Amino acid sequence: MKSSSLKNVQKHHSDRHHSHPDMEEMRTFGFWIYLMTDIMIFGTFFATYIVLHNNTNGGPGPADLFELSGVIVSTFILLTSSYTCGLAVLALNKGKKQALIGWLAVTALLGAVFIGLEINEFAHMVHEGATMSRSAFLSAFYTLVGTHGLHVTVGLVWMIALMVQLSVKGITPVTKRKVNIISLFWHFLDVVWIFVFTVVYLMGVK
Amino acid sequence: MLEHIKSFASGFFVTGDPMIYGADVSILLTILAVLFTLTYFKKWRWLWKEWLTSVDHKKIGIMYILSAFLMLFRGGVDALLMRAQLAMPNSNLLQPDHYNEIFTTHGVIMILFMAMPFMFGLFNVIVPLQIGARDVAFPFLNSLSFWLFFAGAMLFNLSFVIGGSPDAGWLAYPPYSELMYNPGVGQDFYIWGIQISGIGSLMTGINFIATILKMRAPGIKLMKMPLFPWSVLSSCIAIIFSFPILTATLALLFLDRYAGAHFFTLDGGGNPMMYINLIWMWGHPEVYIIVLPAFGIFSEIVSTFSRKKLFGYHSMVYAMMIISILSFLVWAHHFFTMGSGADVNSFFALTTMLIAIPTGVKVFNWLFTMFRGRITVRTPMLWTIGFIPCFIVGGLTGVLLSVAPADFQFHNSYFLIAHFHQVIIGGVVFGYFAGLYYWWPKMFGFTLNEHIGKWAFWFWNIGFYVCFMPQYVLGLMGMTRRVVSYSWDKGWWPLNLVSTIGAGLMGIAFLFQAWQIFHGIKHYRKNRDTTGDPWNGRTLEWSIPSPAPHYNFAVVPQVSELDDWWEEKQRREHNPYVPPAKEIIEPIHMPKNSGIPILMAGFWFMAGFGFVFHWLWLTVPGLAGVAICMLAHSFNDDSDYYIPIEEIKETEAAIRKVTTS
Repeated sequence: MKSSSLKNVQKHHSDRHHSHPDMEEMRTFGFWIYLMTDIMIFGTFFATYIVLHNNTNGGPGPADLFELSGVIVSTFILLTSSYTCGLAVLALNKGKKQALIGWLAVTALLGAVFIGLEINEFAHMVHEGATMSRSAFLSAFYTLVGTHGLHVTVGLVWMIALMVQLSVKGITPVTKRKVNIISLFWHFLDVVWIFVFTVVYLMGVK
Repeated sequence: MLEHIKSFASGFFVTGDPMIYGADVSILLTILAVLFTLTYFKKWRWLWKEWLTSVDHKKIGIMYILSAFLMLFRGGVDALLMRAQLAMPNSNLLQPDHYNEIFTTHGVIMILFMAMPFMFGLFNVIVPLQIGARDVAFPFLNSLSFWLFFAGAMLFNLSFVIGGSPDAGWLAYPPYSELMYNPGVGQDFYIWGIQISGIGSLMTGINFIATILKMRAPGIKLMKMPLFPWSVLSSCIAIIFSFPILTATLALLFLDRYAGAHFFTLDGGGNPMMYINLIWMWGHPEVYIIVLPAFGIFSEIVSTFSRKKLFGYHSMVYAMMIISILSFLVWAHHFFTMGSGADVNSFFALTTMLIAIPTGVKVFNWLFTMFRGRITVRTPMLWTIGFIPCFIVGGLTGVLLSVAPADFQFHNSYFLIAHFHQVIIGGVVFGYFAGLYYWWPKMFGFTLNEHIGKWAFWFWNIGFYVCFMPQYVLGLMGMTRRVVSYSWDKGWWPLNLVSTIGAGLMGIAFLFQAWQIFHGIKHYRKNRDTTGDPWNGRTLEWSIPSPAPHYNFAVVPQVSELDDWWEEKQRREHNPYVPPAKEIIEPIHMPKNSGIPILMAGFWFMAGFGFVFHWLWLTVPGLAGVAICMLAHSFNDDSDYYIPIEEIKETEAAIRKVTTS
């Protein structure tokens, strides 16, 4: 329509929002609801794992397969990435664009290392014959842990796209909201991992 | 080479049955007719710009309802075929394999591709208007939801002509839905059709929760909100907690079939009962998801046509919220016979009986609203009055089924079939029809012929009882669901024949409705709704013209009480000399149309089709396309615009000119 001639109207209006709600706040709210739905997905996979984890079908069980030292390293890498993600949001709030992109890059790098280690673990297990189709336990294991890994991978792509947007557009209300949302997502995945670490690995090798 | 193509095609396309060839031809002719009409009248551009890329909630709602009607037709044909098969003992009309496919597709289509889009259509058209908003919270996401639903529905329906239909029942219980017993692609069509449309449903749930909680016009406190948005909120809360379970469960089934996993298989340590638990953790909330909005619709209608405030508004709100929560605690009543033991069965029997309490509260509230009201029986009210006795009987047979020991007799018999059709047709379908008739003038700007509408109602209502009452008895006589035929000595023939006649009556009722709509379009000019308020309504959607302008409200309304529009009309009547509040028109912030949703749904369709046939060369580009669409949307800053004041004034003046002429 006649949008191009309306730049000044738009500017005039951006600071009085009594007639419609703040879009960025609403999108953050929507993302919180999305996270609840994601909890349900993980919840279903956790439930499946807990029900099926003893059904090893005569194949290897948790104690035979998991090497706790490697998983502890992974865990600390992911926890650290959550910390650096927090530093990125601090930089955002101070309006420091370079520091923000830098901390996001560190976060993404740590996330990539985590994924690399997970792929390595999976490859190692498959090599030993512990494939998804070996037993119900392994099906549930790969699905639960793999879904978490898939989420982290999507988060990585998203984070890289966001870094590009930040370097092009700078810190705007929109990019600010996006950084806040991905940090929510990242911390969420960290919390899920704590549960994976506890339920799958710690309780598995005990 | 030719041989190669021939052998591929005979596996790829569904062949052999003359009925299917007939359907193939009619599908092809319909597609050609649509393409020809669009090209001949040069409507492609209009279709793309005004509809396919639209983010306007009203247009998306209309597209949902249109799709729902198409699916109602297909699901209805499936139903009539089944009833035709069962009309006579030892019937050979349908082969057993074909019959399995038909009851499967009938169930899936009616629940997921008819009831759900019908419901989402009504959400879309009405909720923003009732809460004084100009659109939903996330208009782009809303469009994407619709197109994902549409892609999923088309993928599912494609199995009719390509590859073969699913045949493992509407919930695809393993082990029969597993690869070992069901090696065809039908089950994969089932998984991906539902999976893709399910993502859309989930996003709609998120969207409407945000819309209702964040977009209400000033003054609409939650407890001053009309009941329909309340019902939508309770339904959406159930959606966001239950649909992820469906997504996860179907993903597990898919891994079993695609990657050789052992979640629900009989070997490898899998557990089919796990699937049945999981699917009903979604499936039971699902039936409340679709019935709660119907409760909201009835509440609006009963109050409008009784000229009274709704009786027990607060108890209605609490009842719906309690139902929404309780719906998650009853799932095991679908398989009391599984052998979970008396403790588990008792728990689920009790929770199931508990749901009858809030539901009963609602029925009494509707009755008390009508009590001493000035009732006018127009079609929406007729459906409401028809609903109440039907739903009471359906609810009571539900209580009978909830008695776990007795359920060992009823389980999977025609008693159950009659029960759930009674609550779903009598509750959900009657409710959505009531809503459609009620809000039709608001959607399209003209009223429908009441006379034809009453014929449609009576055919539906009488047809319903004729069809399903005999099925309760058949169930008690021992007829189980999903049987393809029965012999003479069973003594089931007379009641089955009556039931089939009832189904035919409902088929005729559908024709009346189609006629009513065509009649309405033909006499569009004569039946224009120039008032914007044809029923003397109570809520905000009736305060604006019909159909609503694309920005809905030229000025955002200030609301001070429940049924604000009704109170406003009373004030004006009592005090005609008070000048209306001065309305200052400001530029309106609106979202821009986008082609990304339909494109992205197309890529999902590709990916899903690739998964069905194990064609990675199609799946990978499909998923890559999805990712590219998401990134393209993320990088796009040009997603909204402002409607200038002059344009709003012009539009409003044009509407007034029409309404006063």
